[in-house]
Amino acid sequence: MKKTLVLALSLGLCSLGSTANAQDSKYFAPATEKAMAPDDEGFIRRWLLLEPFNKPNRSNTPFVDSYIRDAFATNVPNPSPVTTLPSDGQKVKIGDQELTWHALDSKLFNAKLYRFATERELTKYGVVFWATTVINCTEDIPNVRMAVGSNSASMWWLDGKEAVILSGDRRMVQDDCLSPRLTLRKGRNVVTGAVINGPGMSDFCVRFINEDGSPVKNLTISVK
Amino acid sequence: MKKIYTLAMSLGLCALSSEVNAQIGAPFIHDPSTIVECDGKYYTFGTGGGGLISEDGWSWHSGAQRPGGGAAPDAMKIGDRYLIAYSATGGGLGGGHAGRVLTMWNKTLDPSSPDFKFTEAIEVASSETDEDCDAIDAGLLLDPNTGKLWLTYGTYFGFIRLVELDPKTGERVKGNKALDIAIDCEATDLIYKDGWYYLLGTHGTCCDGVNSTYNIVVGRSKKVTGPYLDNMGRDMIKGGGKMVINASERLAGPGHFGRVVIEDGVEKMSCHFEADFDQGGRSTLGIRPLLWRNGWPVAGELLRQGCYEIESERRGYSLELSVDFVRLEVPRRGGFGGMMGFGGFGGFGANRPANGQPGAPQGAPQPGNRPAGAPQGAPAGFGGMGGFGAAPQGAARPAQAQEAPKPIAQQRLIDVWDSWPKGNIWARMGDYMARPHQKWTITEVTDSAGYLGGLYYKIQINGTDRALAVTDDAQVITVPKYTGANEQLWRIDQLTDGTYRIVPKVQKFEGLDIKGTIALVSAGDCTPALAQFDFSSDNSKWNLKYIFEENK
Repeated sequence: MKKTLVLALSLGLCSLGSTANAQDSKYFAPATEKAMAPDDEGFIRRWLLLEPFNKPNRSNTPFVDSYIRDAFATNVPNPSPVTTLPSDGQKVKIGDQELTWHALDSKLFNAKLYRFATERELTKYGVVFWATTVINCTEDIPNVRMAVGSNSASMWWLDGKEAVILSGDRRMVQDDCLSPRLTLRKGRNVVTGAVINGPGMSDFCVRFINEDGSPVKNLTISVK
Repeated sequence: MKKIYTLAMSLGLCALSSEVNAQIGAPFIHDPSTIVECDGKYYTFGTGGGGLISEDGWSWHSGAQRPGGGAAPDAMKIGDRYLIAYSATGGGLGGGHAGRVLTMWNKTLDPSSPDFKFTEAIEVASSETDEDCDAIDAGLLLDPNTGKLWLTYGTYFGFIRLVELDPKTGERVKGNKALDIAIDCEATDLIYKDGWYYLLGTHGTCCDGVNSTYNIVVGRSKKVTGPYLDNMGRDMIKGGGKMVINASERLAGPGHFGRVVIEDGVEKMSCHFEADFDQGGRSTLGIRPLLWRNGWPVAGELLRQGCYEIESERRGYSLELSVDFVRLEVPRRGGFGGMMGFGGFGGFGANRPANGQPGAPQGAPQPGNRPAGAPQGAPAGFGGMGGFGAAPQGAARPAQAQEAPKPIAQQRLIDVWDSWPKGNIWARMGDYMARPHQKWTITEVTDSAGYLGGLYYKIQINGTDRALAVTDDAQVITVPKYTGANEQLWRIDQLTDGTYRIVPKVQKFEGLDIKGTIALVSAGDCTPALAQFDFSSDNSKWNLKYIFEENK
């Protein structure tokens, strides 16, 4: 019964689908129109998350660099979030799977992808998740790094350019892998990521940090 | 003939390569509980029930018994009883996550004892199938400050949790609520030292044999309830953790930490290696020295057999034979300077006896003096080949000054052997000069019983059969031939500060009434002795400095 409801919501009530499922969640709330700042530690909590795409893996050990590059190049939604910002409720296809984007605010510093899937009774293991968000800056912020932790492997782009890759059987660790120094430009900067997971929990955390490791907080986050 | 033989020995010993990387016997186990001693034997329990027993702490065999099956137990002695915590489940990452942690007691861990009987196991923690926790992998801490008993549990599937147990019953304290203290790790264990609580957890891939990336990390807190931060200030609840031990050449995937405090300054850690390359890739028990660096635990290494300088931490003098210092003769090149690369000092030093007695040629300059005719601006006493000391007075400099320095060969055993007495020779300490009477080959003795985490060693002058030994009246000597006698066997423990203690296997001596561990100590700067090991004294500590092949 619940599966049917979720499917109906997913098919027919795109934006409300996110709201209905996330209302009682310990993990997510629907993204609001109000500008969102990073949390005290700089973590980005507002994300557009795409429902998981089935990519069966019984273990996370195959996730070497070449494997995940190929997996993310092959299993990318159309249109690709690396080049085109999706919208809340938008339906996209990967292969023959139709998936929906959900605009959500994480109640935690990290985005619990496993819970994003289980709350919607979607496939939780052997999947690829896509995520994207918009970083708004009032001025150029040079020499910062995108700092990512993910469970399991992931890749991240800034404005369509690869920023950092986390290969292997990863556990989510704050500031696990960092991008090269980059500049957050005045205006909009689009961050996109893809996370692949076999069995077990799946989540990620992203923030930008300065040269001294302190979090970058003079920015806002939106999904439009 | 002897010289040839000795030389051959020297060459042969340099090639020592066969080393024991882990415990011997049949030390096959996964998720070993903290090693516990019971009636002179050591015990550890593993996943799936059962466990290992060792009589000496080095050779391990199956035989420990634990009912209940399940995963990843822990064990500790409280009062005169032993408490075992274990989980009745263990579904793995893709399996079910409804878990139960149970505790049970026994008066003894010896299955052959008439007192061996486990109490009925009682549940102290649990998890539902889709909770952010998997209640397996128990770890116990009896808080030395409060006497409270704490249990951690959990895996990669969600949070690591902390609950309080009653140390008298092993039951969960009524009303106690579980605290989330870490994430994304498993096989946790809590330990306490010097005002800090340390949470150790295992990261990486489990159960993938030689490709398992298991590794043990740590965070610490002033409160048992956390937050547990790593050395970078990252909370373990955000994945933080500082490395304690990871894979090495022949051992992959250390996991499931346990700590054993032998005495002040002597600690060991237990774990399993997901794959021991020398045991066909099976999961084996590992025991390592546990070191503490800047307030953080880190695994030491089993001592690598080979050639060492044995340096006293007291002054920095090194263990050596009490034999004549044989001067290293170096050909001189014209004038008073030249070869030594230190201006005029080379000509002087080349003929100077070690004790500073006269012997230098007439007219040799003193270090730091500028001889007549030296070019203006050359540093006094610091010319070397290109400086003033390289050329005779008044000679044209360029040709000699541009000649490259030639290396000087090390003094060899064959150069000094005949000057040494053939019988027993006293041991002493002296300033290290990299001479044959100061180089010791330390070799594992595999046909002797061991001790917790190690086996005994013989300590010999490199390239010879001469062995460090003790006498009946607690003197430190060398004997001309190693016989395998207990008097010639040494236990070597890496201490928590990274130095070593060197302990004779023989622990009873005439007229020496010492209650603690008898160790090789520095009674004076130059005088070794046997006395009580005292971690607070540098007299009890030694540095083992590996001598590489080309320098032997």
